[in-house]
Amino acid sequence: MSKGKKIVVYMFLTVVSLISVFPLYYMICAATNKSIDVIEGRLIPGTYLIENYKSLIEQQDLALALWNSFRNATILTVLCLLVCSVAGYGFEIYHDKGKDAVFAILLTAMMIPFAAVMIPMFRMFSRLGMVDTMAAFMLPTISTPFMIMMFRQASRSFPHDIIEAARIDGLSEIGIVFRMFVPTMKSTYSAAFIITFMNAWNNYLWPKVILQKNSSVTMPMLVSNLLGSYSIDYGVLMLGVFVCTIPTAIIFFCFQKSFTEGVTGAVK
Amino acid sequence: MSGQEKRKLTLQQRHKRIGWIFLMPSVIMICLFSFYPMIQAFVLSLQTGLGVDLKFGGLNNYIRIFKDPTFKQTLFNTFFYLIIQVPIMLVLALCLASMLNNKDLRFKGLFRTCIFLPCATSLVSYAMIFRSLFANEGFINTILKDVGIDPINWFGNAWTARAVIIIAMIWRWTGYNMVFYLSGLQNIEYSVYEAARIDGATPLQSFFKITVPLLKPIILLTTITSTNGTLQLFDESLNLTNGGPGTSTMTMSHYIYNTSFVHSPNFGYAAALSIVILVMVAVLALLQMKVGDERE
Repeated sequence: MSKGKKIVVYMFLTVVSLISVFPLYYMICAATNKSIDVIEGRLIPGTYLIENYKSLIEQQDLALALWNSFRNATILTVLCLLVCSVAGYGFEIYHDKGKDAVFAILLTAMMIPFAAVMIPMFRMFSRLGMVDTMAAFMLPTISTPFMIMMFRQASRSFPHDIIEAARIDGLSEIGIVFRMFVPTMKSTYSAAFIITFMNAWNNYLWPKVILQKNSSVTMPMLVSNLLGSYSIDYGVLMLGVFVCTIPTAIIFFCFQKSFTEGVTGAVK
Repeated sequence: MSGQEKRKLTLQQRHKRIGWIFLMPSVIMICLFSFYPMIQAFVLSLQTGLGVDLKFGGLNNYIRIFKDPTFKQTLFNTFFYLIIQVPIMLVLALCLASMLNNKDLRFKGLFRTCIFLPCATSLVSYAMIFRSLFANEGFINTILKDVGIDPINWFGNAWTARAVIIIAMIWRWTGYNMVFYLSGLQNIEYSVYEAARIDGATPLQSFFKITVPLLKPIILLTTITSTNGTLQLFDESLNLTNGGPGTSTMTMSHYIYNTSFVHSPNFGYAAALSIVILVMVAVLALLQMKVGDERE
């Protein structure tokens, strides 16, 4: 690469990086400044964080929303990884014509838009008296074709020798999954964990439909509620946004490397 | 000998059965929460009436769709986002990925983290950030004023409001798709590029002759998922513009939500709308898969 081209590439990447980071920097600045300063375009972190925080918890039940989101997302993620990884393993390791056909049918479920199944699902859960329950929030997204596919692909690289050796050692089939498969597939599990947890944490449409009581409020709903008031306090709003982003950002930074590795395994 | 064979066979059969047990929970759940509601949605779409007071109406809902100006508007909006946003985002992601794949590039990790970072924000959160950036008294207008340009009422005009949605979506999703391309690029041997360079290929040539063909399956995957995501767009429409001004930025999912949960609920009509989305998603996915195959 010539020097001129190199400069162009670096400049381009720097500009894109800055644009990518700027709105997040803006969010932090706004969360720590008075609404009036935010409007005036102040771009330095301020000292108004405590005041914004106080009026945020005055307006909304932040602790409750955080707890609800954490609980829902964590339980959902654990169940999803359990069900989908065992299924993906089953589809690949014990594959035969029948299972391959079932898998092909499952894949078509990926095309079903959520909006299409939302209304019948809402009616189903309300007939069962399950509106406002955690189960109703979780059940539709525990098993997803995408996750099953990801684990099925990953199972391909799991050596059959290990399975045979474990069988000779007297390990049960489900024992092989938990004692052998799970530890070897750490990066796939991490990638699946990030994707599922973030989706669950960020999910907005379905909770908005199925969780109607104030006591089931989740973080995205809380942030959205901050818009409800007539005049928007940008400092408070951005603090809500900031709090909503912290958990996903932490997970993102902790698992970024394994995410890239897991995706690499899945697209191979 | 024959006894051993028999035992082996039964062992294999036993394994097959265990395999079915392994995948049953997920299969049952997908049937219960995807296929069954889809059939129900179809049945529901043939019924008319408000709230729980439903009666069979045949194809009335579908006939109504074709005369519904709001539906036409939301259809136009959704496809407008699809046609403008998805290509820009994917091309940008591909360019960034191939730049970052360069071995001699420094600060690679830093660039990648920065560009991937928007994915860490939730959909509602980033909608709020862009809403306040582009607000009437927001940061962008303040900057415009400082430079001496008249402030723009971004959310008061249909085209500027659509532009904000598209900008926001490109910001949020480019890094996500870039990671998929980067992973794909890592599977391509670097020596292929070096050989091409020695043979006198320009970077542009090796991009179109090596990168694009080898990444085709991943490009197809990202195209299908992005199309699917854009056709189901909801959070941005609701939180960034609330569909406004009027219904000029409203997406189809947002319209379905409003039809079923905001005004007097009309589940039958909403179900018919959702079946229309389902057909469009399926047709587009099949079309894309077909195009993807033909290039081989």
